[in-house]
Amino acid sequence: MNISEILHRNQLSQCRLCRISVNDLSVSKEGDTLLSHVSLHVHCGRLTALVGPNGAGKTTLIRALLGQTGYAGRVEHQDAQGHRIGTIRTGYVPQHFPFDRQMPVTVEDLMASLLSRRPVWLGVGPKTREHIREQLTLAHGEGLITRRLGALSGGELQRVLLALALDPLPDLLILDEPVSGVDQNGQGMFLELVEELVHSYHLAVLLVTHDWALVRRYADDVVLLDKTVRAEGSPDEVFGSEAFAELFPMTGAGVA
Amino acid sequence: MDTVYRVMDTLLPFGFLRFTFMKNALLAMLLLTPLLSLLGTMAVNQRMAFFSDALGHSALAGVGLGMLLGVQNVTLSLVVFGVLFAVLVSTVNRSGAATKDTTISVFSSMGIALGLLLLSRDGKFSNYSSLLTGDILSIGQGDLLWLLVGLIAGVVVWAFLYNKLLVSAVSPELAESRGVRTRYLEYAFAVLVAVAVMLSIRWVGVLLINALLILPAAAARNVTRSAAQHALWSVVFGLVSGVAGLAISYALNTGVGAAVVLCAGLIYFVTLLIRRLTVK
Repeated sequence: MNISEILHRNQLSQCRLCRISVNDLSVSKEGDTLLSHVSLHVHCGRLTALVGPNGAGKTTLIRALLGQTGYAGRVEHQDAQGHRIGTIRTGYVPQHFPFDRQMPVTVEDLMASLLSRRPVWLGVGPKTREHIREQLTLAHGEGLITRRLGALSGGELQRVLLALALDPLPDLLILDEPVSGVDQNGQGMFLELVEELVHSYHLAVLLVTHDWALVRRYADDVVLLDKTVRAEGSPDEVFGSEAFAELFPMTGAGVA
Repeated sequence: MDTVYRVMDTLLPFGFLRFTFMKNALLAMLLLTPLLSLLGTMAVNQRMAFFSDALGHSALAGVGLGMLLGVQNVTLSLVVFGVLFAVLVSTVNRSGAATKDTTISVFSSMGIALGLLLLSRDGKFSNYSSLLTGDILSIGQGDLLWLLVGLIAGVVVWAFLYNKLLVSAVSPELAESRGVRTRYLEYAFAVLVAVAVMLSIRWVGVLLINALLILPAAAARNVTRSAAQHALWSVVFGLVSGVAGLAISYALNTGVGAAVVLCAGLIYFVTLLIRRLTVK
């Protein structure tokens, strides 16, 4: 089964969500303010880049959206008519994925153990295997199913993590800074794939990155964060903003 | 039981199996090595070798406390104590009071000391020295039944927990994000290992039990690349070590546990060599 067939068959499960609104969100821990009065929107069918200096609170914002940390303020989900909807599914591709690379575990083992109740050491059933193949195809990782997890390159591992994040199909996909060991060319290919998914599934994607060239090329919206939202808009608007020049004095002129 | 013995006589016409105690010892090996080897795969993946070592050492305290409380059934005191010990160590580990190896070391030495204190009263420790090295040749039919029940129950629980354990061994964060309660999973696995270890420890010995849990799985890890192969080869290595060790100890007239563990160790080094030669 190729990608377009899988996409076509999944049309019915298309996104019902239209946007995620973060209103006046603040997080503090042990007296330190990590995020202060953050308000922003992430729209479906668009790729929103979240940029900011180290310690700006990008990871904290992601943890809040994933429900992994408490916060003050509201995060609302709205459909196309502006009605609020309850919970949404969130997929997450983490920045780091540390694991024991010597472990005798294949890509199929890991994915099957998340999908099926049948213990993986008894083998993987044909239905589960077919499902895993489809998920990997979506992430352009067709050939990876039999590979040992510890033998994957950074880019291949990223595809497997994306395949995991797409199952079940999320409303919001959060991509934390690329897994280390992926070169810029690989990142470009990865984001082209993400762009394809954004358009065919109408996903909302939030991408955390420091790579200005990728932001310029792939992001529809950019949010510049430094404890609070310092600038937002199109890549041109944000790169040309005073806040950007102030926070990134070395690179500011170069990209603007 | 007679039927089992007769089948063994027909299928395995070896000199060392003439005696009923040798037949019983072989049956015990066939029952206890598969479960230990299976659980060992995850103990190795989860880096729990030191924990299971401490668990084995604490068996002395289990027997000692059982005696003190007047419990007649040694297996029962061992299993109950093992479960309590596993839960206690896991809880203290989770509290993050010290690094895991420090905590486990404290509990391990406390377990040995308490056991020695209780069992050496009135200078009678020599009565219990077989606990250290194991005494599989004295295993009786009732004990074999315990092992059979343990094997079946252990494998069923193992099958139920396995997929979750595998995900959390690769990445606890991923497991948590998929709704796996890693905290309870850790406890459940520690308790399962405790039961399997305690059911086997009288026959394999306090000093040697951990080798039987860890060595086959560690050896299998060297030569396999998937979870299914890991489980299969770990069980094969465990069974081969058990049976070969039994035969060797008979031929050389030595302790069984030691011969079994040396076989497992030999297999480990052979697999290490194979790995060196095949992986560039």
